[in-house]
Amino acid sequence: MAIEIEKPSVGLSKVAVSDTHGEDSPYFAGWKAYDENPYNESSNPSGVIQMGLAENQVSFDLLEKYLEEHSEASSWGKGAPGFRENALFQDYHGLKSFRQAMANFMGQIRGGRAKFDPDRIVLTAGATAANELLTFILADPGDALLVPTPYYPGFDRDLRWRTGVKIVPIHCDSSNNFQVTPEAMETAYQCAESMNLKVRGILITNPSNPLGATIQRSVLEQILDFAVNKNIHLVSDEIYSGSTFSSSEFISIAEILENRSYRDSERVHIVYSLSKDLGLPGFRVGTIYSYNDKVVCTARRMSSFTLISSQTQHLLACMLSNKEFSENYIKTNRERLTKRYDMIIKGLKNAGIECLKGNAGLFCWMNLSPLLEEPTRESELELWKTILNEVRLNISPGSSCHCSGPGWFRVCFANISEQTLEIALERIHKFMEQRRRN
Amino acid sequence: MGLLSRKVTCNSHGQDSSYFLGWQEYEKNPYDEVKNPKGIIQMGLAENQLCFDLLESWLAKNPEAACFKRDGQSLFKELALFQDYHGLPAFKQALVDFMAEIRGNKVTFDTNNIVLTAGATSANETLMFCLAEKGEAFLLPTPYYPGFDRDLKWRTGAEIVPIVCTSSNGFQITESALEEAYQEAQRKNLRVKGLLVTNPSNPLGTTIKRNELDLLINFITVKEIHLISDEIYSGTVFSSPEFISIMEVLKDRKMDKSQEWERVHVVYSLSKDLGLPGFRVGAIYSNDPIVVAAATKMSSFGLVSSQTQFLLSAMLSDKKFTKEYLSKNHKRLRKRRSKLVSGLEKTGISCLDSNAGLFCWVDMRHLLSSDTFEAEMELWKRIVYDVKLNISPGSSCHCTEPGWFHVCFANMSEETLKLAMQRLKSFVASITINKQSHQELMNTRRKNRTNWVFRLSFQSFHDREQDER
Repeated sequence: MAIEIEKPSVGLSKVAVSDTHGEDSPYFAGWKAYDENPYNESSNPSGVIQMGLAENQVSFDLLEKYLEEHSEASSWGKGAPGFRENALFQDYHGLKSFRQAMANFMGQIRGGRAKFDPDRIVLTAGATAANELLTFILADPGDALLVPTPYYPGFDRDLRWRTGVKIVPIHCDSSNNFQVTPEAMETAYQCAESMNLKVRGILITNPSNPLGATIQRSVLEQILDFAVNKNIHLVSDEIYSGSTFSSSEFISIAEILENRSYRDSERVHIVYSLSKDLGLPGFRVGTIYSYNDKVVCTARRMSSFTLISSQTQHLLACMLSNKEFSENYIKTNRERLTKRYDMIIKGLKNAGIECLKGNAGLFCWMNLSPLLEEPTRESELELWKTILNEVRLNISPGSSCHCSGPGWFRVCFANISEQTLEIALERIHKFMEQRRRN
Repeated sequence: MGLLSRKVTCNSHGQDSSYFLGWQEYEKNPYDEVKNPKGIIQMGLAENQLCFDLLESWLAKNPEAACFKRDGQSLFKELALFQDYHGLPAFKQALVDFMAEIRGNKVTFDTNNIVLTAGATSANETLMFCLAEKGEAFLLPTPYYPGFDRDLKWRTGAEIVPIVCTSSNGFQITESALEEAYQEAQRKNLRVKGLLVTNPSNPLGTTIKRNELDLLINFITVKEIHLISDEIYSGTVFSSPEFISIMEVLKDRKMDKSQEWERVHVVYSLSKDLGLPGFRVGAIYSNDPIVVAAATKMSSFGLVSSQTQFLLSAMLSDKKFTKEYLSKNHKRLRKRRSKLVSGLEKTGISCLDSNAGLFCWVDMRHLLSSDTFEAEMELWKRIVYDVKLNISPGSSCHCTEPGWFHVCFANMSEETLKLAMQRLKSFVASITINKQSHQELMNTRRKNRTNWVFRLSFQSFHDREQDER
């Protein structure tokens, strides 16, 4: 996708006026349509149902219960004795208790199969900031990062906009369930070389957004080997790690490294966040976990631009240090997401729609390619518009995720109630029936 | 591996400067009234610790805001999900009202023009990303906040060219200094995109005078460049002259429809005025819709926690509270500053006459062994290691005259400040030979310097040996 840089308006930087922020894509257009006509069970039952937002709303009751029972977490205790210290705390090392809690939580999510050192955790205001920050550190303007497609549309902004770094896609397709292959990685690398771009790293999302599936162990090994061979970095964005339907199915790059006795680990960096697993995107809690000392040190300094509110660090340190809470949360959250997933898959199947076999995340990867007029991007966008305007569902077209094969759509299921999901599935059913009749 | 970006290896983060080394020394041996009474007293931290009681009392009276509740209703879910980079409307409204109140309501701010960021650190960098890039520069009056080297240059690739201000006129900005800086940038092949001033000034502690503000506006008009006014200390102006915001001057000059109107941007934060640096609350205010739009999208990389936005929207909407807070804040800062100034006076040290901020700009030129930065460093090291006060040397603020120091007064108790003054007094007494005239002193300095330096070196060496045992 060529980026057109208009002649800068008087006195603004090229970055300010470029459209590399990507906000003119359909991914965002769907949001607008929803904003203008949002579904509401009682006041607007024929409105657009938002299924394009990867939010986790299934476990709020657990969080609310914790807060009710532990007021000291939000109010610094009676008389606010800890308020002063907390309000002054702007150390970019981050609250030690919070880093400790995060390290433990990340370990718990991985079923104890990997251990994390709190001193390697760098805190950032969300994974958005973490990914951009890592890109600033690992690559120079004009360099490239390899990213498997389909990928989260926000990466176009997060990895490229202010950093000046380019994304070269590693094309994956449905022939093998969109898994990354050594051939695809090599092709992408050669492609970058042919464009005179220096490849600095490969960035994977595991579990994948938008696929809603974890990366297999053998594939992770291949990806790490590739990074070692080319002497580049490997960033593993694991923000959905707590949303896997079964703990044992998620294999973190941390486990692969541990099995290799941390050989080659200095090129590996993990991104995590509480936005998806805990459903707290508003609190802006992200982390970079790096096995490279220099990266940790630099990332820490750079985090000055994107620190987490100490008020929020305090709250979450309390919450996540509570083992009873965290263990129960992880388990219950998993169960509920699995239930939701099963519900949507069943509903879609009844409507005659197949999805990629998923085992994680807050969405499923739906295959509507049989419905396309022609196997083209334009056809996919036509179908997307139809679904938006007629079925009144906002779902994300695969092209906005840079998917090479047209007809795939990402459908979120955890940001709406079960009732709303039922309604959405009914609408899809009706739509499919109509199409069959015509 | 060695495969990290140039940003990692370059020095623009500035963390190897003396400014940060002083912090490191302090961290190794921090003063504590009870646990470590001989430790280093931190006077290099521009924090406002004078009004926490007011905040704590408000929190005690309004427990809901910290618990995600309003009128008995829990808003936890909505807040937890709220990540809209346009910001919480109630918070933005409360913030612009607060900003207007600080300016005596002589100017008002539109919530559509404000962008929330994780602190002023983030705001300044974001503005720089919007306004400048590699090969371009912003002009800044010296002395300036050491953090600007990192905030404005590190990741943006932009450059800073100093507008040299001197003690000859109280470090005020002059037309010739502006012009000279502009020429200097040209000589360096840098395209000047704008000016950035801090008003009230850090480290001077003074508000910028109206005639200076007029000068700045004239300059940006002629050169067709931007002006960023970092007004994060605007709520700390404790005596006359009154604080005049750049927005007020533009309004008074009826320039609110002019081209310049869209090239003036204000940065604000609650870190200094409210003493909440940990909460990461900053803001960019701009009259240029393109800047607002770009900065808003960029704020994705540094949003303010919705939990914090909610708490502060309740606090700042309480007009009774904000009125009382601002008034008491001014009073206490004024009193505290005068304690520092009189303490220094007793030691024969004067300060730049200041009316704002959390620090004083202290004149120790007469204590230098020579009019050089080496001598300033020597003196600074003595003060950190021997007197055990962490203050910031003027050179770290890019001051062109050696001998000035940035000394904070609002981040410690009154007793600690008193102790700091005592220590300083003893130190100065030990190095002041006798009551010779300044000229005589200069003449004999070369003779006495060796003894003086030797005596001090010997003393500190001896002391350090004790510590290391």
